[in-house]
Amino acid sequence: MSRFPLPRLALRSVLNRRATALLTALTVAISVTLFLGVEKVRHGARASFENTISGTDLIVGARSSPINLLLYSIFHIGDPTNAISWQSYEAVSGAPSVAWTVPISLGDSHRGFRVVGTDNRFFEHYKYANRRDLEFENGGPLEDTFSAVIGARVADELGYEVGGELIVAHGGGEFSFVQHDQNPFTLTGILAPTGTPVDRSVFVRLDGLDAIHDGAGPGEDHAGDAHTEDDHAHAEPDQITAFLVGLDHPAAALRLQRQVNTYPDEALQAIIPGMALVQLWSVIGAAETTLTLIAAFVVLTGLVSILTAILTSLNERRREMAILRALGARPHHIFALLVSEAALLALAGAVLGTALTYGLLAVLAPVLEARYAILIAQLWPGLYDLAIVAAVTGAAALLGAFPAWRAYRNSLADGMTIRV
Amino acid sequence: MTQSATPAVLIEDLRFAYARKSPPVLDIAQFRVDPGERVFLRGASGSGKSTLLGVIAGILDVSHGRIEALGTDMAHADAATRDQTRAERLGVIFQMFNLLPYLPVGENVMLPCRFSAGRARATKVNGGPAADARRLLSRLELDPAEYWNAASRSLSVGQQQRVAAARALIGQPSLILADEPTSALDTDRRDRFIALLLEECASSGAALLFVSHDGGLAPHFDRALDLSEINRAGTGETA
Repeated sequence: MSRFPLPRLALRSVLNRRATALLTALTVAISVTLFLGVEKVRHGARASFENTISGTDLIVGARSSPINLLLYSIFHIGDPTNAISWQSYEAVSGAPSVAWTVPISLGDSHRGFRVVGTDNRFFEHYKYANRRDLEFENGGPLEDTFSAVIGARVADELGYEVGGELIVAHGGGEFSFVQHDQNPFTLTGILAPTGTPVDRSVFVRLDGLDAIHDGAGPGEDHAGDAHTEDDHAHAEPDQITAFLVGLDHPAAALRLQRQVNTYPDEALQAIIPGMALVQLWSVIGAAETTLTLIAAFVVLTGLVSILTAILTSLNERRREMAILRALGARPHHIFALLVSEAALLALAGAVLGTALTYGLLAVLAPVLEARYAILIAQLWPGLYDLAIVAAVTGAAALLGAFPAWRAYRNSLADGMTIRV
Repeated sequence: MTQSATPAVLIEDLRFAYARKSPPVLDIAQFRVDPGERVFLRGASGSGKSTLLGVIAGILDVSHGRIEALGTDMAHADAATRDQTRAERLGVIFQMFNLLPYLPVGENVMLPCRFSAGRARATKVNGGPAADARRLLSRLELDPAEYWNAASRSLSVGQQQRVAAARALIGQPSLILADEPTSALDTDRRDRFIALLLEECASSGAALLFVSHDGGLAPHFDRALDLSEINRAGTGETA
């Protein structure tokens, strides 16, 4: 039987054109890295997104758009369009089937981190991922008017510790011209990391926020104030930004949502977080698909570069093919040789690309998490990556059929005569 | 005609053209190479020498006539059989660039044994493919210790041709086809190469069909003839 030492020849032949082969494989590797990277970040972003809020049945805020409300109240992206009155909040809180509510007041910042005015119910009821509770890494919940709790990332970046002081500024930016510097807050607790915007938040009491806007000092503790004092100083603020609602049973959500949306005294809006997330993701989804598509095309470019490299080498390799034919190689061996060269280059590129992706992720994962709250769940190649490597290799073999077919035709026509 | 042994090459009434409507390149009434016979075939460039070798090797498809190489009907056998006959029993030496550039000398010589189990088996008497390759290289005056791992392209043309001869001879093929293997060599090296090649063919019992435009080589061989004597299609055509 005539045998064809295919893998050996293909490998040696590719190694012989080391420089070209390396560059070609590198092109594939970079394209695969881009593709896998985009996929990883995409999945991470999606997971982080979906894990941000859980266990809350409704979010109520001023009437704008559901996505807008979701973005500013939970993701701390953008600014609230309008505030809602405390009376409305109390009215909804008192509705039947409401189990709990958590008021939220936004608009201030501390060194680039959002300040959230709320109360200790937040730490009790806010849940993320699969109904996971917030936990304190250090210290505990809010105490007096000028106490503060911070997220893990805030603590990390600013190096704060329980018992320390911080100053709140007005406005959401990193630098603010209006510093309420007469109002230092004392840190009572640091939350454990969650991978959600909570990590990047500073929590204070609603009356604490009110107090700094009124210019009151830390000496004047409003916690025990009666309602007899002037309007701005009592424990309950005039208005808040939004509030979270938990229900006795989720089935009541739609009814309450309708009631809130048609609330006669104020233009309110209630959203169901899960539905708003889906809506938001459908907006982002288009960009996401585009990104994947671009990455896929880059992979295609990488594959075409293999084709180019092999096609370019084909003419100078006609001698080689004639030699192989003279040695007993059948035309389909020539075909197989070139197809496997293409596949080999792609395989090397794809494997290198996968390694590169995970290498980069290992380095970048902490940055992604810290900066963008994107948690990369899986830091080792999995079945999906294996499938990508296989798909890229298969596609290259398929494309390799083109130069292989030409070489096959050449080898039939050339016979043993080496014409160059 | 004797019936004693299967001829190495037997051609009768052969016509070959590259395309159906183009004039034939080969039109040979009768040609025969006996087993172990060393034949020199002279022909000008473009007279169809290489085509004849391609036809004998079973690489080019023949539509008309009879052509046998070592008993295999190269005109009618299917492509797989022809390819297999070539792998198992034929050795080919080209004019130049005989070697796969990406394999070192030793690997190049052993290549036929990778294509053919029969060739590999035939080297057993000499201790297996590697041992036989080394033996052939030293017989062809290339010290295996020095050249075994050498890159093929680092060799001179003369050395490359000797490596090609070793490759053609490994595993005791019954027929060696040589297509102008000395055209790139100077006279001294040319004569030495031919002497070595003939010696090795004689010791292995292989028939040799050696084609060249250089009629001066004829005296080295058992028999010499001009392609124009047998090829009616080649007459009047020179390039």
